[in-house]
Amino acid sequence: MTGNQPTTSTRHTPGTQPMGRTCPFSPPEGYRTLREEDPITPVTFPDGAKGWVVSRYADVRTVLADPRFGANRRRVRPGDAPDAPLAPPPPGMFIMMDGPEHTRFRRLLTGQFTVRRMQKLAPAVEQIVADQLEAMAGAEGPVDLLQAFALPIPSLVICELLGVPYEDRAEFQENSSMVLRLEASRDEVMQAQSAMNEYIHQLAVAKRAHPTDDILSGLVQSEQLTDEELAGVGSLLLLAGHETTANMIALGTMCLLENPEQLAALRSDPALMDGAVEELLRYLTIIQYGLRRVALEDVELDGHRIEAGATVLASLSSGNRDATQFPDSPDALDIHRPYRTHLAFGHGVHQCIGQQLARVEMKAALSALFDRFPTLRLAVPADQVPMRDDMLIYGVHELPVTW
Amino acid sequence: MKVVIDEDKCVGAGQCVMAAAEVFDQRDEDGIVVLLDAAPPESRRAPVEDAAVRCPALAIEVLP
Repeated sequence: MTGNQPTTSTRHTPGTQPMGRTCPFSPPEGYRTLREEDPITPVTFPDGAKGWVVSRYADVRTVLADPRFGANRRRVRPGDAPDAPLAPPPPGMFIMMDGPEHTRFRRLLTGQFTVRRMQKLAPAVEQIVADQLEAMAGAEGPVDLLQAFALPIPSLVICELLGVPYEDRAEFQENSSMVLRLEASRDEVMQAQSAMNEYIHQLAVAKRAHPTDDILSGLVQSEQLTDEELAGVGSLLLLAGHETTANMIALGTMCLLENPEQLAALRSDPALMDGAVEELLRYLTIIQYGLRRVALEDVELDGHRIEAGATVLASLSSGNRDATQFPDSPDALDIHRPYRTHLAFGHGVHQCIGQQLARVEMKAALSALFDRFPTLRLAVPADQVPMRDDMLIYGVHELPVTW
Repeated sequence: MKVVIDEDKCVGAGQCVMAAAEVFDQRDEDGIVVLLDAAPPESRRAPVEDAAVRCPALAIEVLP
């Protein structure tokens, strides 16, 4: 993973020698040293912004819960001085908004993602999972579990939630993948993003004429959003709910296959599934670089003065391996681990809105997969599985399996 | 034990319902926390405190 590490330190390992993973399931080893020796680390980001990386569990929570750190970190031009104005977030892009503006968008959506609503959705999700497994069973030879199983599930579920017709999903996967690709050019990303917005825009217009029972229709009928905002919210939900869950399913499967004693325990007692899902979320933390915030004023953090305008990267994956919070071998996968609040969905007012849906999907997918294929195994050695070191969302580029 | 919630802070993540469904629920319209039992029995202290810790918006306070 050389060259893609977003942080370069002025006086630590990340600067002189980009940190790479040594275990496919664990964040770079260097984070352990940072947590123990310099948990609030000054860095210069690739875009020239000066800032900090926080790597301890407690500090990550503090930064993400503190309104003095804002979610919009876009300067007008990369490399602009810290006091240069922030560009306004694109319409509907509420993950980059602060305060009342963020609350307004979030509240329009939270009712659609309650625990109860998501649990009601479970049978529909289980049916989607069963259909995918049936199709997979008909294949001959090794299959790529990502394409055949892990991607279609969240794709179909989010399309159903939003009311996006199934036949349009291939285009969505292509566009969402492009938006998240680190090596894509700015133009390619903008193009994919605007194609997605345009599509949702048209869909919203159609829903306005003929509302159905889905999130987009609900938003249209609330009459509180402009068409532009609707398109922004819609594509944000699609993006956020797509590759994240797909990679948790695929990487989670690989991780269980590589920890056979854990998988055996899980199979012998399905009641362990809830805990296993939480542990996979903690252990794998696919938002691999963390979340960026910007100090809206000078903030004192554990003896460090974070100046207004500074960027702070809260490392979720590092916080999730902090022995202070996870005292019992934090670097081991342990599905029996007693639940302790993890950071996989972030923290603070921006914490993942779709987390209950992600849980329902992961549970349905992993249970049914190992039931349907008791002899499931990797079709290539684990070290030949192409990992998504190059993407904002970690996981696998493909996962060849057989049974 | 007394439980106090701050509806204005709540961001509808549902973590409290996951932790203690006997004490917390969510409004259907906007997902905001609903307190089912403002004075739960002592036997529920652990899950209720867990809910307070899990809450991403720190909207739950547990008083002795």
